[in-house]
Amino acid sequence: MAIEIEQPTVGLSKVAVSETHGEDSPYFAGWKAYDEDPYDESENPSGVIQMGLAENQVSFDLLEEYLEKHSEASTWGKGAPGFREHALFQDYHGLKSFRQAIASFMEQIRGGRAKFDPDRVVLTAGATAANELLTFILADPGDALLVPTPYYPGFDRDLRWRTGVKIVPIHCDSSNNFQVTPQALEAAFKDAEVMNIKVRGVLITNPSNPLGATIQRSVLEEILDFVTRKNIHLVSDEIYSGSAFSSSEFVSIAEILEARGYKDSERVHIVYSLSKDLGLPGFRVGTIYSYNDKVVTTARRMSSFTLISSQTQHLLASMLSDQEFTKNYIKINRERLRKRYEMIIEGLRNAGIECLKGNAGLFCWMNLSPLLKTQTREGELTLWKSIIRDLKLNISPGSSCHCSEPGWFRVCFANMSEQTLEVALKRIHNFMDQRKTETN
Amino acid sequence: MTLTQIRTQSKEPEHPPRKPTGATGMRLIVPLQGVVQGRGGLILGSLIPCALFYFFHLYLKRHRSANPSSNPPSPSASSPNLADIPRTASRSNLSSRGSFGPGRASISTRAMSIAKPNDSPYYIGLDKVSGNPYDRTSNPDGIIQLGLSENRLCLDLIEKWMAKNLRDSIVGTDGDDLNINGITTYQPFDGLMELKVAMANFMSRVVGKVVSFDASQMVLTAGATPAVEILSFCLADHGNAFLVPTPYYPGFDRDMRWRTGVELVPVHCRSTDNFILSVTALEQAYNHARKRGLKVRGLLISNPSNPVGNLLPRERLFDILNFAQEKNIHIISDEIFAGSVYGEDEFVSMAQILEEEDFDKNRVHIIYGLSKDLSLPGFRVGAIYSYNENVLTAAKRLTRFSSISAPSQRLLASMLSDASFIEEYIETNKKRIGNIYGLFVEGFRRLGIRCMESSAGLYCWADMGKLIPSYSEKGELDLWDKLLNIAKINVTPGSACHCIEPGWFRCCFTTLTEDDIPIVIERIRKVAETCKSPG
Repeated sequence: MAIEIEQPTVGLSKVAVSETHGEDSPYFAGWKAYDEDPYDESENPSGVIQMGLAENQVSFDLLEEYLEKHSEASTWGKGAPGFREHALFQDYHGLKSFRQAIASFMEQIRGGRAKFDPDRVVLTAGATAANELLTFILADPGDALLVPTPYYPGFDRDLRWRTGVKIVPIHCDSSNNFQVTPQALEAAFKDAEVMNIKVRGVLITNPSNPLGATIQRSVLEEILDFVTRKNIHLVSDEIYSGSAFSSSEFVSIAEILEARGYKDSERVHIVYSLSKDLGLPGFRVGTIYSYNDKVVTTARRMSSFTLISSQTQHLLASMLSDQEFTKNYIKINRERLRKRYEMIIEGLRNAGIECLKGNAGLFCWMNLSPLLKTQTREGELTLWKSIIRDLKLNISPGSSCHCSEPGWFRVCFANMSEQTLEVALKRIHNFMDQRKTETN
Repeated sequence: MTLTQIRTQSKEPEHPPRKPTGATGMRLIVPLQGVVQGRGGLILGSLIPCALFYFFHLYLKRHRSANPSSNPPSPSASSPNLADIPRTASRSNLSSRGSFGPGRASISTRAMSIAKPNDSPYYIGLDKVSGNPYDRTSNPDGIIQLGLSENRLCLDLIEKWMAKNLRDSIVGTDGDDLNINGITTYQPFDGLMELKVAMANFMSRVVGKVVSFDASQMVLTAGATPAVEILSFCLADHGNAFLVPTPYYPGFDRDMRWRTGVELVPVHCRSTDNFILSVTALEQAYNHARKRGLKVRGLLISNPSNPVGNLLPRERLFDILNFAQEKNIHIISDEIFAGSVYGEDEFVSMAQILEEEDFDKNRVHIIYGLSKDLSLPGFRVGAIYSYNENVLTAAKRLTRFSSISAPSQRLLASMLSDASFIEEYIETNKKRIGNIYGLFVEGFRRLGIRCMESSAGLYCWADMGKLIPSYSEKGELDLWDKLLNIAKINVTPGSACHCIEPGWFRCCFTTLTEDDIPIVIERIRKVAETCKSPG
C-alpha cells in the first residue's frame, strides 16, 4: 500500500477561526433546543417556545393591509417604468426619496421633537452592519468602546470580531434600576486606562436592550457631558425608539442636541433600523445618522459593502412617506406592545415573579434571583438550563448580556401570538406553583 | 481643468506618514552608537538607543492619554442643508495618526485614509460623469460614460418579465394572495435556500451546463463587493498579501484591502502575452513578496478578465492550480463576467477543472453575482462558492453584515427559476454584447486604435499608446484628462488598473446603443487628431 503523505492543508485567517462569532458559547444551547423541538400551536404544543428572539410580529397586519391597498406603490407599475433606474442603481448615497422617508419616519417617532436631515442618513443592510461600520470608523484595532451592562449579546460579535476593537463594560446594577451613573462611566474609563487601552467612545442602546426601558433625560445629559469631557464619541443605538409604549417617555439624544443648539454634536451618531419597529428584519434596512461630516462621508463609502437593494428602498420609500400610514402605525404599534407588556407582567406577577419596570421594547427584564441556589453565574446557568429542559422556554440569561448581578433574564413577548404567550405564562405559573408546594 | 493628483505606479503607502518623533529618534541613535565602543559595541550600540527610544515613545504615549483636550471645540454647523463636505483645514484638523485632535473626537486611522478624496482616475471619472451625464436628448453635450462596466443591453427583456410576472406586488409570488409572511422575519443571513438553488442552476446554465453547482456550497452576499471582502477576511490576516495579475479591476484595492489590512502584490502581465498570466510572472511576484517579508495567502484572478476581457486557457488554469498547491495558498476566482462571453473562445470555470481533474479543492473559492450577467447591480446579489467547509462556515457567519434583502431574494429566485426566460436571456445577451463589441472595435480601428483580442466582458482594452506624448504614466493621464474634459468621454486609464505598460484604456460599451457609437468615435477622433505624436 502506498504511503500517504499528508499535504499541508491550506490555512484560514485568525478572523475565520476566532470564536468571537459567539455561536459556540453555552448560550447557544437554548437556540439548539428550540431548533430541535420548536413549539407549534397545533403540531407541537409541548415544544420549546422561543422567547429569546427580539422580533416584532404584533403589527404585521397593518403592513399587509397597507401593501394590499397600495400595490401600485410597491410595484413599478404597468410596463415597469422606473424599474430600469432601480435595476442599475448602486449608488451608495441611496435613493433620495428613501432617505427622506427614513428621516421623516425618525422625526415622527420622536413626536417632531427633533429634526433629521436626509443628507446625513447613511444606509446599511441592517443595524448589525451599521454598528460594525461605525466601530471601524471611530476606533482602531486595540481601541475600546465603553458599553453599559447589561447589553445585547450580539455586540460582542458586531463591535469586535472583524474590527479588532474591544468592549469595556460600564457596570450598572439593580440598586438604581441599572441606570448609568457618572461614577460608573468614570470607573469604566479608568479600567481601560489601567489596561492601557484607548477609549474612542461610548455606545448606548436607548431604549435599552435587554432592560426594556428608556434612558432618562438627566442620564443622557450626563453621558453627553462625559463624552464631551473625555473628547470621545457617543453612539446611540435607537433601534427600539418606535417601540416605546408612549411617545413622550422616550427621549432621543437628538432632542438633547437640539436643545443644546447642536453645540459639539460632531461626536454623536445615531443608529436606527426597521427590523424592530416595523417588524421587517428580513428586509435588512439599517441606518447611521451622524452629525459628523467626515463620518457621514466615510460611512457612505464603506456602506459599499452593505448596500440595501434598490427594490427594497423603492418599496419602503413610498410606504414611509405616507405620513397618515406611519402616524397610525406608530400609534397602534405602541399600544399593542404596551398591552403585551402588561399581559406578561401581570402573568409573571401572579406567578410571584417580579420584573424591572419597563416602558419600551419587545421584552421584559425578569428577576429570578430568589430562585437561584447560589447567587452566582453558575447558579444562573443551572436555573436557565432547567428552564429550557423543564419549562421548554428559551429565554436569555443575564450573564449572556454581561449583567453583573446573577438571576436576571430577558423574556421576549412580541414574536408570538397572544395564545402562545398564554401557554408560556401557564407553564411558568405551574412551575412556580410546584416550587411553592415543594418548599412547603 | 487641471489634472488631479497623479497616482504613482507603486501602491499607495498603507500607513499614514511617520510621526516626527521617528526622525528625532534617529538623531539620538546614531551618535549614541558612536559612544558605546569595544566588544559587542555594535550590538549594544544599536540595542541601547533603540531600547531608550522605545521607552521614550512609550512614556510619551502613556502621558498623552492623560492630557485633557486643550482647545475648546469650534462651533459646529447645524447644517440643515448639508451639501459639500467642508474642506477648510481647521475643520479637518486631525493629526495623521487620527489620535488626539484638539477638542474634536477624531476618527480612526483606517477611516482617515478612506475619508480622503478619491485620487484614483477610476473614481474621479465616475464622479465627473454623475455631475454631467450624457443624454441624447436632454444633455447631448454631457460626458459619455465608458468607465462603468454596466450592461444595459438586455434590460428590456427583464422589464418585460417583470411586467408579466409581477401582477399584484413585488412581495408576492406567483400572483398569489398578497403574502409577505415568511420574508419579513429574520432569514438565514447567507441567503434563502430557494435563491441558492436558483443561483446554482443559473451559474450552471451560464457555463453551458458543463458543470453543476451545489447550493450547499454557496453563501449569498449583498453584491460581489462584500463577497470579495469576506473572502479576504477569511483567508488572510492583517498584513498578509494576495497576488493579483495586472491589469486588474480598480475596486479590488478597496474591496480586498480597506478594512482587512491585507496587501495586494501585482503580478505583471504584458501585451506580448495578450496580458495573460504567465507562471514566470507568478513566481517572480511570489518571490518579490517573500523578499518584502510578506506572507502570501492567495492568488486572486478574474476570469473572464477585467479590464482586458480575455479568458484564461485551460492549461493556464492547471498551471495556477499547481502553483497554488506548491506554495500552499488559496485561489479566488472572480467569475462574475462568465455570462458575458460573446466570442468564439471557450470559457472554462475553475469549477469545471476541479470536476474534471484531481486537484485539491479546499483552496479554491469562486466569486459570482448578478450585477453583470443579469444587469441587476441595484438588487445586490453576490455569491461565494467554495469547496472548503471551514471557509463556508466562517463566510456564512460574516454574511450577517451583508445580507440580501428578502423581497429581492424572493423576486430573483422566481426569475432565475424561469428556465425558458433565462435561456432566452443568456443567448440574447451574448449576441447583443458581441454586436456592440464588433461595431465599437471597428470604430476604434478606423481611428488607428487597436484593441486587445477579447471575447468576454462589457468593455474592450484599447491601446492608445500612439496618442500619448510621452510613453509614461503621466502621458497616459494627460490623455485621460483630455478625453474626460475635452472629448467628454470617461474611460479608465490602465494606470488605475495597475497596468505596467502605459497607454492602455478600458472602454465599456454596454451602456451604449448602436447610434451612440459614431458619436463616441467622433469625439475621440477630434482629440486623437490633436494628440498625434510627431514622427
